[in-house]
Amino acid sequence: MALPYYVSPEQMMADKAEYAKKGIAKGRSIIAMEYADGVLLVADNPSVSLHKISEMYDRIAFSGAGKYNEFEMLRKAGIRHADLKGYMYSREDVTAKSLANAYSQTIGSLFGTDPKPLEVEILVLEVSAGDKPTEIYRISYDGSIIDERGIAVIGGKSEALVSHLKTRWTTPAVPLRDALRLCLEGLDTVTNQKLGPEGLEVAVLDRTRTGRAFRRIAPAEVRVLLAPP
Amino acid sequence: MPLFTDDPGSSFYDFLLSRRPDLPMLSLSAKPGPLVSATPAAGSSSPSALPLSHGTTVLAIRFQGGVLIAGDRQATEGFQVSGRRIEKVFTTDAHSAVAIAGVAGPAIELARLFQIELEHYEKLEGDILSCEGKANKLAQMVRGNLPMAMQGLVVIPIFAGYDLKRREGRIFKYDVTGGRYEETEYYAVGSGGKDARDTMKQMYRRDLPEADTLRIALEALYNAAEEDLGTGGPDLLRGIYPTVKVITEQGVRDLEASRIASACATLIEARRERS
Repeated sequence: MALPYYVSPEQMMADKAEYAKKGIAKGRSIIAMEYADGVLLVADNPSVSLHKISEMYDRIAFSGAGKYNEFEMLRKAGIRHADLKGYMYSREDVTAKSLANAYSQTIGSLFGTDPKPLEVEILVLEVSAGDKPTEIYRISYDGSIIDERGIAVIGGKSEALVSHLKTRWTTPAVPLRDALRLCLEGLDTVTNQKLGPEGLEVAVLDRTRTGRAFRRIAPAEVRVLLAPP
Repeated sequence: MPLFTDDPGSSFYDFLLSRRPDLPMLSLSAKPGPLVSATPAAGSSSPSALPLSHGTTVLAIRFQGGVLIAGDRQATEGFQVSGRRIEKVFTTDAHSAVAIAGVAGPAIELARLFQIELEHYEKLEGDILSCEGKANKLAQMVRGNLPMAMQGLVVIPIFAGYDLKRREGRIFKYDVTGGRYEETEYYAVGSGGKDARDTMKQMYRRDLPEADTLRIALEALYNAAEEDLGTGGPDLLRGIYPTVKVITEQGVRDLEASRIASACATLIEARRERS
């Protein structure tokens, strides 16, 4: 009888992590940046119909990088989770914190048990109407969860991009126009390309809006925002 | 967080039915039981009659560029007033609203579920349902309530929406079986529905401006309140006036209470002069 090969748990986890990281780095980047009225989300995404940024609940947004079918599955599961919770309790009781925790548990347990880890990195963001600070949670392929401040980047050359942006982004009170310029300039520099409004997917969580804070910004409006004053 | 790798679809209502049958919901999977009296008049001494709160008169009228939807504010339990300020008209998404007559509990539940349904679909699909699609989904939900309706818990909605493709306001009425019928001019339902319809029949003209439609709606509700005990008129003492929403290409707009109050005052003044 042939013995199965022995692979140490350490080796197995390292292999899985490397596999997942590779898959995520292959994709394009998504930036979340705090601005005066909330959070701006900018994705390097040439498709107009396949979204990487999505509304999740009244004041909560979701963004995913990596394998489309995998983060899309997570996105849908999150929306069902949020809507069910809001239906059973109240709309106020749906929070990014609880969603991020649920994601972390799910992704983490899949990383441990499934032979193939999820090749995804996701962001869960929430703006509050009051004085509570904006919440940005970044959840990685292994379920690790990081509470980000000000700026977060997932997918592609995320580390290079985040260090580039952190040197230039100074305050959460930056106006939308400047924040958008900063994101675009960062994406252009790090990826060595010239992205136009058509190559971007842009959305905001605007805390000044009543009810649903999420709003997509169409390429036409992006062009207006980027136009020299 | 369950991942549902076998996609349960984009409907929240169907999702609850198939995946969470454990949740106690008024409108779902009820088994036929002993009949309770369906008519509000039976709040009397009949031992089987449950104390049920009923919503009464709601209506919708089309006008040039959209549709107006309105309802009175009173709820009754038999011959008693059980609520003076309840809401029977609900904004369900950016371009639609429902007004519901019938037993208040399941009616409000249905409206809430429908509102979540539309938003759920929009978020999952990244697209908004068509006006017709929304009306059809509501029909399925009313049909789902049929077992409860058989037991006396009747819920009858009116759906009003702005069709962004056709660029016009549309009205759909329903029956307990989930039958869905489009109305091209106006409709009213509830205990004072017939009186409201009579008024609107006399006053309705095609392509009226919004302000005239508001006057017709308030006249219709006033007449319904005069003829029907279940319908509440404008309550000047407490400052309670009908709910009115206007749906146009720009979206759903709640008419300000002050504007409704002044329109009611004008109407009452005109009637005082007449008598």
